Amino acid sequence: MKIRLDHVVKTFDTFRAVRDVSLEIGSGELVALLGPSGSGKTTILRMVAGLEYSDAGTIHFGEQDATAIPVRDRGVGFVFQHYALFPHMTVAENVAFGMKVSKVKRGRAEIDRRVGELLDLVRLSGLGGRFPTQISGGQRQRVALARALAVDPKVLLLDEPFGALDANVRRELRRWLREIHEALGITTLFVTHDQEEALDLADRIVILNEGRIVQQGTPEQVCRSPNSAFVTQFLGDANRLEASIRDGRARIAGGEIAAPGVTDGRAEVFVRPSDLDWSDTGGIPATVTRVIDRPENRRILARLGDGTSLELDVPPETAVRSQDIGFVRIRRANVFPLS
Amino acid sequence: MSTPPSRRKPPRVGDGPLIRRSLIGFVLVVGALLVLSPLLVIFVQAFSAGTAAFKAVILHPDTLHAIGLTVATALIAVPVNTAFGIAAAWAITKFDFPGRRLLLVVIEIPFSISPIVAGVAYLFVYGLQGLFGPALQAADVKILFALPGIVLASMFVTAPFVARELIPLMQAQGRDLEEAATSLGASGWRTFFSVTLPNIRWALLYGVVLCNARVMGEFGAVSVVSGNIRGQTNTLPLHVELLYHDYQTAGAFAAASTLTLLAIVTIIAKVLLERQGAGRSGRPALAAPAPAQGSKP
Amino acid sequence: MTRRRVLPGLPLSLGITLVYVGLIVALPLAALAVKAASLGPEDYWRIVSSPRAVASYRVTALSAATATAFNLVFGLSLAWVLVRYRFPGKRLVDAIVDLPFALPTAVAGIALTTLFAPNGWFGSILAPFGVKVAYTPLGIMVAMSFTSLPFIVRTVQPVLEDLDPALEEAAQSLGGSDSEIFLRVILPLLTPALLAGVSLAFARSLGEFGAIIFIAGNQPMETEITALLSFIRLEEYDYQAAAAIASVLLITAFAMLAVTNLLQARALRYTGRS
Repeated sequence: MKIRLDHVVKTFDTFRAVRDVSLEIGSGELVALLGPSGSGKTTILRMVAGLEYSDAGTIHFGEQDATAIPVRDRGVGFVFQHYALFPHMTVAENVAFGMKVSKVKRGRAEIDRRVGELLDLVRLSGLGGRFPTQISGGQRQRVALARALAVDPKVLLLDEPFGALDANVRRELRRWLREIHEALGITTLFVTHDQEEALDLADRIVILNEGRIVQQGTPEQVCRSPNSAFVTQFLGDANRLEASIRDGRARIAGGEIAAPGVTDGRAEVFVRPSDLDWSDTGGIPATVTRVIDRPENRRILARLGDGTSLELDVPPETAVRSQDIGFVRIRRANVFPLS
Repeated sequence: MSTPPSRRKPPRVGDGPLIRRSLIGFVLVVGALLVLSPLLVIFVQAFSAGTAAFKAVILHPDTLHAIGLTVATALIAVPVNTAFGIAAAWAITKFDFPGRRLLLVVIEIPFSISPIVAGVAYLFVYGLQGLFGPALQAADVKILFALPGIVLASMFVTAPFVARELIPLMQAQGRDLEEAATSLGASGWRTFFSVTLPNIRWALLYGVVLCNARVMGEFGAVSVVSGNIRGQTNTLPLHVELLYHDYQTAGAFAAASTLTLLAIVTIIAKVLLERQGAGRSGRPALAAPAPAQGSKP
Repeated sequence: MTRRRVLPGLPLSLGITLVYVGLIVALPLAALAVKAASLGPEDYWRIVSSPRAVASYRVTALSAATATAFNLVFGLSLAWVLVRYRFPGKRLVDAIVDLPFALPTAVAGIALTTLFAPNGWFGSILAPFGVKVAYTPLGIMVAMSFTSLPFIVRTVQPVLEDLDPALEEAAQSLGGSDSEIFLRVILPLLTPALLAGVSLAFARSLGEFGAIIFIAGNQPMETEITALLSFIRLEEYDYQAAAAIASVLLITAFAMLAVTNLLQARALRYTGRS
């Protein structure tokens, strides 16, 4: 099922949560809405579900205008941030709820069989008789997914699906959700504020800020060609340097790098710590202020001649100490003109 | 093309106009009939014989004596009860000891017991046919059919009022503050007055207000132990009954109107204290779901 | 686990508590139990199973059950309306719900009697239809409904306020209709609170005295409640009978407490820790 949002707007009291968002999600796609809190991503998800009405714009499911269809008839499966499992029902009763209230009447045996299948799918067979308070957070998350899948949704919507879980449970569930998506092929939209989660899981990432889409594309596209300072910084650690551009070259605190196609004038340059090298011979002169050791590398905190602080990741065997003087080399950078 | 929906919020369960209007209508009509009209009829009847008659009843020596007795009862029973409530809450929430849960249940017992049962029970302690009756008579100490009996019965009926407001609150607040204060060298009393009391003052006042209303209005238990002696052991509610059974309806309602004013003042105090976070565990009225904006941190 | 620092004041506060509970609550109840027990089983049974006593149990229990059923419906509606809807005068309604707690029962009793007497505001409207409220069991129900009105509202209201909206949204997204969501999700989640409110309201109605004696008519075998019968035996200086009948009310109150705790534990079993 394809989903299309056209010029969708939503305001809460005076807070403009979503401002003119247009978006298409292809059938069978797994798309992440990524953004900081207050960026409007959950509101968009809730509008797609019908849990919130848009003030303007339309939402289409396939060719059908779904803007005014109430949530109960929209055929979406929604996984809530804190799962919203019915506390007075067992795991199996939670999963069966959607089938029991469905307009399509099913026999008891059929419901039981389907519940069994779904619990197998989410690897919870044998826990059907437990109450939600008697299982772990990761298990609850999977019950919530099974419950949403039980109504054969056309679209699966997940609000911060792993937000409340420990880091290691999170990683495992992510891979598993990807497997389920590949097995079932349901169009899926999920919301997250964690860029690692979005990059790990999604076919396509839609990055939002202050109620607007700032960039969308495959993980590769948004990582390699971020289109703005915001996207660059939001996707990961980046050093920010001021530069002046002339003839396609950027001058930075005593060094220079290529900046093809950037208009002359002032600009900001973003460099990820791993895209910087430490050298004894040439580059931008810098003084080491601190060295931090990590399992995979060393991080050097350095100061340039003009006082700018930089962080760079170097191989663990690099011989460097605090107060050493050396040079920083920029291997790769993103340059955005300052307006 | 579709027109954008006009409703800003998708309907929640029960938001349909028909169900909404009929429920509000049902509640308002029944509430007006069952709660508001008794209130009105009291004041209408109180002044049915004119303002002068109203004044005459209120200023009658028997009425004034009843008011005096009621106030005296409250002045003894409420402070004693408050002290008990604080002590019970302190013991139950600041310490772990065996039988703590049982004590909680026992404190709440008077809530489930008929005030008549309470009154009858007191007869069998202090009455002539009771445990201490003969000994008390020999020593010429009068408890029943006198102020002490009325105070004791009122204390039974209201025993849980202060404690039950304080215990949930002090439970939720934990022991850290008090432990910090004593570790800094504060004495127990100092800790209580400068650390505990400021945090529980509204809940305490709330319990006191409710306790006072019940003490002043108690009828069943007091009518058993007071002996209903006009001008001597009649509290205000008993005086209302006496006038009513004497077919002095306007007089009964005039006396009742003073108690009704007390009830209204109590309710106003209750509302004001609830705004300070007392009562109902100080929950904010989260009737509507918070709008979902962005994500949680 | 490390041993926690012990705060001062346990002997004093626990001492005050135990003395107070012992003298004010436990001693009288024990005295009543001793008095009733001194009757011997045969006399005791004769008194508590006399036709007049049994008739009083019936009218008390039936009226209390009816009043509680009424308040179950009305209290739930009131709590729902106060939590879910906005309308003018809502805060006033919310405040006035407590009137039956704050108003002395004797005052409520004479007010309700005056309203429902044949010449009263409501009585005179009902009389042409042959409906008599004052001095009939119906009057007892009205008085009990009034005095126990706040219990169910005030126990359900906070639970309804705290109900996670996401639960309702989840049920809607799974295709549930309003009535299905109410019956399968909301009502079960309110059940523990409803049970607590119902048992409080029922216990209060069983023991109510002040509001009822004015409106009931107090005819033996017909409109005489159990609490009044005990009171009458007392005025007849039949102390043992008064004790026996009061003990029935006392035992009922304790039984109610036990049943309520059991039911609530059952209704809340899903919160159990694994």
